[in-house]
Amino acid sequence: MRSSTAPDPRIANHPILRFERGTPVEFYFEGRKLVGLSGETVAAALIANSVKVFRHTEKLHRPRGFFCAVGKCSSCLMVVDGRPNTMVCMEPLRPGMKVERQEGTGRLP
Amino acid sequence: MKQVELAVVGAGPAGLSAAVTAARLGCEVALIDDNDRLGGQLIKQTHKFFGEKSHYCGTRGMDIAGILLEQLKETNVRVMSGTSVVGLFAGNVLGLADATSFQKLAAKSLIIATGAAENNLAFPGNDLPGVYGAGAVQTLANVFGIRPGNDALMVGSGNIGIIVSYQLLQAGVRVKAVVEALPRVGGYHVHAAKLVRLGVPILTSHTVLEALGDEYVTGARIAKVDASFKPIKGTTRTLAVDTICLAVGLTPLSELLWQAGCRMVYVPELGGHVAWHDENMRTSVPGVYIAVDVSGVEEASTAMLEGRLAGAHAAMALRGADAGTTIEQARTELCAIRSGPFSRKILCGKARLAECALPLN
Repeated sequence: MRSSTAPDPRIANHPILRFERGTPVEFYFEGRKLVGLSGETVAAALIANSVKVFRHTEKLHRPRGFFCAVGKCSSCLMVVDGRPNTMVCMEPLRPGMKVERQEGTGRLP
Repeated sequence: MKQVELAVVGAGPAGLSAAVTAARLGCEVALIDDNDRLGGQLIKQTHKFFGEKSHYCGTRGMDIAGILLEQLKETNVRVMSGTSVVGLFAGNVLGLADATSFQKLAAKSLIIATGAAENNLAFPGNDLPGVYGAGAVQTLANVFGIRPGNDALMVGSGNIGIIVSYQLLQAGVRVKAVVEALPRVGGYHVHAAKLVRLGVPILTSHTVLEALGDEYVTGARIAKVDASFKPIKGTTRTLAVDTICLAVGLTPLSELLWQAGCRMVYVPELGGHVAWHDENMRTSVPGVYIAVDVSGVEEASTAMLEGRLAGAHAAMALRGADAGTTIEQARTELCAIRSGPFSRKILCGKARLAECALPLN
């Protein structure tokens, strides 16, 4: 989580880009309410909330996060609304979504 | 089962050009992409392109995506976004999955333009959150307007590494250094010079040894390397960074080509395994075409041209369309655009591919 002194990951001023920000979308990460924006992926919303660890691996319990952003590397697999192995870099954020860190390979609901 | 004359997989610069070209020549086209938003990696490219006016010189990549999407709107291409091609079955049948359903689509011809994914690099801690592909960081910063971190190390000084470093600065991220294992900068001088003017050190003959941190990156150890890329003792230092970006090349996303039974050839200069193809972008499997990056990792300008070539040839083969001029022109422009010193590697790779002239199957 972001400490109160750390800068907001959302870019406020950019020399050439104007971001068309979506409307606020409430979702849950590990049971805690967070706010992302419509039009974002789950991964983007998590990073905007300074969440970096998306899962832990099966054998060595290594933390894993975002890596490729194109739905190919499988680093960002999370449990979304009970569904394991969801690639959150491709998953659009929806209101009320329950996003949880995946521990190991994930279990089917 | 649903049928279509031509299915184009991937709506980046290559796939968009292929679909528009084929549709303009009278083909019935379905364009499939797993993203909701079309344009592939162009939509995050804020830098201006080089080359000639006909290749969108001076235009930012994201604006080129806009131009291609406008062209697409004027055609009757059936767009299937948010749809993954999860398999390719016998007889050019595609398995398609979207958020809620699975369906099959039979195509008379296919153009595979699935692009490439970023390579990782072997070093301790390379799996820690905070070690990101440079292109992934570019998506975060330029599409979503989110900083991946506050202090970054860039690994690799090819065009992606130096362009993304500059874009990180624009996003308000401090770029502590760019490390490059080779003794010289890989990308265009003009991009590197912009970074250097802003005080970012580009450390040639340097590499990353280790990512530090328990739950996520808190630092990076770097060192100078000798001529055989071995770290030199006594040159190690630690940078306080929370982000390590890897810009160390890309690998073609060739799964569908393997499934199609295309003859695959390993050509390091083209990025790994690519499908054998002729000068019209035909693979060894009848009716299956490809375009950059699955024909060889390149950039958007050549992707658009190879896409146009594939689209035109497919339209000619399927419909007897009068595509001779389009094909000739695309080939001529490809030669022109690849005439510079930065294209030597790709031409060498294409020549190596041409040496295995006859498909074996």
